[in-house]
Amino acid sequence: MPEFLWIIPALPFGGFLLLAIAGRRVSKTWVALIGAGSVGLAFAAALSVGISFIGAAPGVNSYVLDLGTWISVNGFTSSFSLYLDALSLVMVLVITFVGFLIHIYSAGFMAGEEDYARFFAYMNLFIGSMLILVLADDLLFLYLGWEGVGLCSYLLIGFWYKDPLNGLAARKAFVVTRIGDTSLSLGLFLLATNLGTLRIQEVMYLAAGRWPVGSGMALAASALLLGGAIGKSAQLPLQTWLPDAMAGPTPVSALIHAATMVTAGVYLIARTHLLFTLAPQVQTAVAVIGALTLVVAGLSAVTQRDIKRVLAYSTISQIGYMFVALGVGAWSAAIFHFMTHAFFKALLFLGAGMVIISVDHEHDMFKMGGLRSQLPAVFWTFLIGACSLSALPFVTAGFYSKELIIYYSLASPLGNRWLWVAGVLGAFITSLYAFRMVFITFFGESRFRVRERPGMIMTVPAAVLAVLSLVAGFIELPASAGKTRIFSTFLSSSLPAITIREAAPGAETALSAFAAIVSLLGIFLAYILFFHRRRYADRLTASRAGRLGHRFLFGGWGFDWLYNAFIVRPFVWIARINKDDFIDLVYLGMLWSGSRLSNILSISQNGKVRTYALGIAFGAVIALAIMVFK
Amino acid sequence: MNAIFYLSAAVAVISTALTITRANAAHALLYFIVSLLSVSLIFFVLGAPFVAALEVIIYAGAIMVLFLFVIMLLNLGAEAAEKERELLTPQVWIGPGILVAVLFCELLYGLRYGFQGAGGAMIIGPKLVGTTLLGPYLIGVELASMLLLAGLVGAYHLGRRSTPDEEAREGR
Amino acid sequence: MTAVYSEHALVLSVVLFALGLFGVLIRRNIIFILLSIEIMLNAAGLAFVAAGAKWAAADGQVMFIFILAMAAAEVSVGLALALQMHHKLKTLDADSADRMKG
Repeated sequence: MPEFLWIIPALPFGGFLLLAIAGRRVSKTWVALIGAGSVGLAFAAALSVGISFIGAAPGVNSYVLDLGTWISVNGFTSSFSLYLDALSLVMVLVITFVGFLIHIYSAGFMAGEEDYARFFAYMNLFIGSMLILVLADDLLFLYLGWEGVGLCSYLLIGFWYKDPLNGLAARKAFVVTRIGDTSLSLGLFLLATNLGTLRIQEVMYLAAGRWPVGSGMALAASALLLGGAIGKSAQLPLQTWLPDAMAGPTPVSALIHAATMVTAGVYLIARTHLLFTLAPQVQTAVAVIGALTLVVAGLSAVTQRDIKRVLAYSTISQIGYMFVALGVGAWSAAIFHFMTHAFFKALLFLGAGMVIISVDHEHDMFKMGGLRSQLPAVFWTFLIGACSLSALPFVTAGFYSKELIIYYSLASPLGNRWLWVAGVLGAFITSLYAFRMVFITFFGESRFRVRERPGMIMTVPAAVLAVLSLVAGFIELPASAGKTRIFSTFLSSSLPAITIREAAPGAETALSAFAAIVSLLGIFLAYILFFHRRRYADRLTASRAGRLGHRFLFGGWGFDWLYNAFIVRPFVWIARINKDDFIDLVYLGMLWSGSRLSNILSISQNGKVRTYALGIAFGAVIALAIMVFK
Repeated sequence: MNAIFYLSAAVAVISTALTITRANAAHALLYFIVSLLSVSLIFFVLGAPFVAALEVIIYAGAIMVLFLFVIMLLNLGAEAAEKERELLTPQVWIGPGILVAVLFCELLYGLRYGFQGAGGAMIIGPKLVGTTLLGPYLIGVELASMLLLAGLVGAYHLGRRSTPDEEAREGR
Repeated sequence: MTAVYSEHALVLSVVLFALGLFGVLIRRNIIFILLSIEIMLNAAGLAFVAAGAKWAAADGQVMFIFILAMAAAEVSVGLALALQMHHKLKTLDADSADRMKG
């Protein structure tokens, strides 16, 4: 069965081609069937491949499917080959499953849209590229998927291209992630020139053999790969594109945040984890970046008014958790959090999308309010998502994955108490903004009359995700609660298990309990500030310091301002000065003298045959003279 | 023998010079034919009777007749008749006449005493030329045949008068 | 003697060639230009035959035959062009056909 691995990415690509060619000629029903169907079939294929993979003989941990050579030049070969192991299987299953649900949801969400077929074509291409990214055995092939994902994010963020602001957001996403992509491509060059191959497994093997731990090469290579991951995963300092990426339709945001795009960086680091273990400094940098990002983005999320921007900052923050996990060597914990995050973040976006569509595309939470009774189904699913996001103890999947990371950030040999403090602080902020969102949107006085509730096509995917957001955590339970290790055992064939420092018995339980209490405190604070005593929050923001702080956090810590002032504006200024490109003067001069010379020479072209004959005779005379008198 | 060679050469040079200086194309043509005939004589002296014959038959015969046809095609009407009369005046035919007479004498002399007698030049006859031409130069013959075909097609195409509606289409 | 003849014949061919070139350059009538080109071709043929006679080889004559073939092709096309020119421009002045002026 693994030999049919190629079908998984081929199906969304087929759907894309079909929609791109015939999308305008078939009805919307057919477009939705093709678009969602291809991803659904891809999920079914992934499932059957996965079952046969798990059922294969023990000891078979990976499967390589070579589809042909891409480039073969001077000893360097790059091929279209797919690689299946536990890590890529998990990624593929999550991507196709969540992608499938989002596709179904889109069929309802985009129903009134003109460019229905274009939307689904892009979405299919997005899923296909992401599948290439996670299945590729060759880093160059992975890079193809990587760029494909970047292209699709550009196309989808700018989907409503008639508003120039959306185009601007799409461009920003593209340009900012390009910085990371450039870093990644430099990393690939470095690996290719030093190791002579880009096949991931060979690269890992060779690097481990040739580069000692902490050597310059390993540092450079892993740092460059980290640059790529930062750009794609919207980590500090390249996180500014993600909040603006909310310009796209909500299902796109769900897809970008949950299943594709931003998790590519996490996957890249997990996939090349051996390189990072060779460079402990870089791995520490991963953890530090993650820790900083999760706090910075979390604080920004607390101040946002736009419901989608809250979720955007929340994603940045949650990816920060995954980076912390990667940084302390808790590889499987990062992937575990990726999976649960995919479920509850997709759920939150789908819920936010249903809210937005019910209130006539209003994004400002403060203009909604009291939607609980009007949209009960949305409220309950959204509430489950928010609980999972804020890691409500014991019943939500987010709890198990996040507590695992927070625990490892202290318990791992690479961890330290600052990472743990950041993680706990992040958990507190997370539950604060998650429930702030819930209270402002669904409670309080009703300001909006909902005319039409979202249909089954939108609520069912959200309900499925809600169930998963609750139960998906039970496959990996901490020692305090059953100690199940299904997930990390399954991943252990591709990602090494974490070694834990010796700690006092019961420390894990105590730490988890503490983190859980902190999360609950966050929820409680949110309840006080945004529901029970609303005027406290108002008074806080009305004060002078509060106003300044609010503005600072609302603007995302001034990163946009900083980049505008120090990078964009100087660049634009230089570009404007050099608008008439002074280097062009050389070429213009060549052009000018060329045309002058041509004018002079064209006098000789008088059209008279005899003049030409004279020229020939003259030339013959000179040639003969040279021959005679040489 | 010497005399024949140098006389022929002199006739060739004079007639050629007259060819390029005549005002009337028909006159020039006549001078040129004389020039060709004298060159043909020189060929005889050089021991190449076959090309001498070709010079007369093809050059002086075929190609010059082609020129004559064209000149006749181009000179129509009263102007041509005026030219026709001019052709009969003594100062027109006296030059070529003298030259042809000299050539005639040479030919007679040659017929009487043989052309290659004095010089003892080796005669390269048609047989040798033929075997060389169709032996090592076979490819050249093929190429020449293609060139002639191209000339044929080109001449047919260019020589064709365009029909009135074609001219209208060309915007003239 | 043959050697002397061939060398003198070469001199003659040079004279004829120069005359032909002179004709091409001084005449404006396209018929005369074509005629002068024929003179030059004929001179070249003479040079070949003279050289062939000097080395007692048939190749010179073969070359002359090729030149003959070429002259025939050239003249047929050239004269057709002259006819067209007369038809379109109502003149045979080569200098009047200068619409290709650069």
